Amino acid sequence: MLSSTADHLYWMARSVERAENAARMLDVTYNMSLLQRTAVDPFNEWRAMLSISGLHVDFETRYPEPSAENVLYFMALDAQNPGSIYQSIFKARENARAVRRTITSEMWETINHTWLEMRRIQEETIPEDGMPRFFEWVKEQSHLYRGVTIGTLLQDDAFRFLRMGTFIERADNTARILDVKYHILLPSPAEVGGAADFYQWSALLRSVSSFESYRKVYRDVITPQRVAELLILRGDMPRSLMACMNEVNRLIVELGGPRSAELLRRSGMLHSELRFGTVEEIFDFGLHEYLSFFLERIYELGDLVNTTYFWSATE
Amino acid sequence: MPAAFDEMNDAQGRVRESYANFAQWMATTPPEVIARKRAEADLAFHRVGITFAVYGEDEGKERLIPFDIVPRIISAKEWQRVESGLRQRVKALNAFIHDVYHDQEIIKAGRIPAQQILANSQFRKEMIGVDVPGNIYAHIAGVDLVRADTANVSGEYFVLEDNLRTPSGVSYMLEDRKMMMRLFPELFARQAIAPVEHYPDMLLNNLRSVAPVGSNDPNVVVLTPGQFNSAYFEHAFLAQQMGVELVEGNDLVVRDNTVYMRTTDGLRQVDVIYRRIDDDYLDPLAFRKDSALGVPGLFAAYCAGRVTLANAVGTGIADDKAMYIHVPEMIRFYCGEEPILSNVPTWELSKPDDLRYVLAHLAEVVVKEVHGSGGYGMLVGPTSSKDELELFRAKIIADPARYIAQPTLALSTCPTFVESGIAPRHIDLRPYVLSGKDVSMVPGGLTRVALKEGSLVVNSSQGGGTKDTWVLEN
Repeated sequence: MLSSTADHLYWMARSVERAENAARMLDVTYNMSLLQRTAVDPFNEWRAMLSISGLHVDFETRYPEPSAENVLYFMALDAQNPGSIYQSIFKARENARAVRRTITSEMWETINHTWLEMRRIQEETIPEDGMPRFFEWVKEQSHLYRGVTIGTLLQDDAFRFLRMGTFIERADNTARILDVKYHILLPSPAEVGGAADFYQWSALLRSVSSFESYRKVYRDVITPQRVAELLILRGDMPRSLMACMNEVNRLIVELGGPRSAELLRRSGMLHSELRFGTVEEIFDFGLHEYLSFFLERIYELGDLVNTTYFWSATE
Repeated sequence: MPAAFDEMNDAQGRVRESYANFAQWMATTPPEVIARKRAEADLAFHRVGITFAVYGEDEGKERLIPFDIVPRIISAKEWQRVESGLRQRVKALNAFIHDVYHDQEIIKAGRIPAQQILANSQFRKEMIGVDVPGNIYAHIAGVDLVRADTANVSGEYFVLEDNLRTPSGVSYMLEDRKMMMRLFPELFARQAIAPVEHYPDMLLNNLRSVAPVGSNDPNVVVLTPGQFNSAYFEHAFLAQQMGVELVEGNDLVVRDNTVYMRTTDGLRQVDVIYRRIDDDYLDPLAFRKDSALGVPGLFAAYCAGRVTLANAVGTGIADDKAMYIHVPEMIRFYCGEEPILSNVPTWELSKPDDLRYVLAHLAEVVVKEVHGSGGYGMLVGPTSSKDELELFRAKIIADPARYIAQPTLALSTCPTFVESGIAPRHIDLRPYVLSGKDVSMVPGGLTRVALKEGSLVVNSSQGGGTKDTWVLEN
């Protein structure tokens, strides 16, 4: 396959996944911010949201304060923010258009329709109370995209590059979502284990559609260790780091290619670490530190996918 | 202007033999059925959307090129003559291009003034002495034909221009046929109409036949300027139909004079490039340095005979309107034959006598820019206002060599659906002639129709539409 085609497919899938996860992250932040309490910092959650997305610098140059309204607009609809949902959907559609003849017409129509809707929504500027509905819509569009892809596309290398994009992006995003707790400081250490703490962990679980799964798996109260175990180490949780790396590693083995040795090695290492790691080790290392290190390596892996298959940054 | 030759009806209003079958079908098919089929065609073209669309900012405003359901029908006998004329003409044009970049015999023989060739902006010095496989330069030629009555012949075919760089439109020819067969299968059952659907196979064979010596299983690609080009649909369409890769400049890389494409499995050698990019943008090292569309080193690999470009670099020297007048002479010189297809009589405004005549008869003639295309920058005397005429007169006087002029031909007409019903509209014909190991073409080509009443400009950029073209098999 032409490298440029693979590149477009990969970024198309990444962009859709990014839009979905941004919606999930905004949703959980929105829910947390609704928790009425006397906060040290009224914009605590929204600040955390910007910082885990790595977009706080861009935000601060253009907005006066990280109020709910400002951050929601910035992250959801701002056409000038490269990380906004609006921009992600735009990029997904642009990439899809470039490979229209490689993807199925149903895939194209789905993505194109999502983009046209997105544009209409952006012009309307949704009221704040309509945000949860908007996040639902974004998630639905992503589900639709995935369904139509699995339901219509030949499972060849094109399919593999799409899946690769999906899971590398999801691994990155899940790690960031899990790290949100680190960025949201509780007003006092005494509250650890209290109602606010519980509320935050359960909101986080809900944001990655894992609340029910947690109950099913552990049949017990919510503890940080178990949330981490569920979202990092459990291969049967579809959004966990383990599940993502299972896919990424398998796809890289299947794609192979004459230049893939280093990519295989790195992905294999990351994969076995999750496969044989324990939650105790992770907490000894420090959860935030562990996630930061993971993010660094998933970024490197993405870089290696670029140079191995798309030739970018080589020559 | 006298009444134009009509493809369907003769001067007495009787249906010509080639249209007998179609006319009978029209007469016996209820108008509401035809109306429904037309609506169906519109809908189908809209649904495939991209088919005739130009990409713009607003997806909803993509332009569709109108399609008319009344076919342009050519009898077998008529086509035979046109086809031999086209073969002869394209052979001579290829011989001419080879000659001007090698021994320049035609100049030495005094048949064409040296300065007209060597000082022409389309003459590529870089191509002097470069050998190309089979000495073929114009692998794909789009020759525009028109039909008009002359003093002696009714409905004589004339060559209006030769397009030897990157002629487009063949995808419309294929889509129009597909649409007609889908809408009116019964018409195709009633008589033998020559097929055109195998054009992509012919094109692929033709391209493979001109691969560099030594490539056993030539890898052919289509090179496009990208998805923002107005003909992108056609580029993607032809690549898909031929089953080859559609590439942009960035997909290709040159190493040791060999062209490769970047694939996820590493570099893969490319042997033949059907390029839909102008010469100027092919290679920033050889031509325009600011070209981001091209491939650095491509021209060097080409000169080294490691890759074939179709069409070749430098074919523009043969299709410019100043060179057009010399084509009959080329045919005599290289083929030793009299031209089968005539040129439209042409005045060269660089000649004082011609200039004087044209300025005195501006309201009767068509004036074109020597390097213009797409129907832009031309004057159609009889349909222009006084102001337009005066404006153009000033332009001609300022730079006469930039223009040529031709009598306003009463281009043939074909019945066409318009708002008020069916009315005659002017048409032309662009057959696509393929040259490789052999010369080949599918019967017919693309018929373009000027939808505005009285208009002689058929270009899609000027509101033209298209029709299916039928060559009858007996």
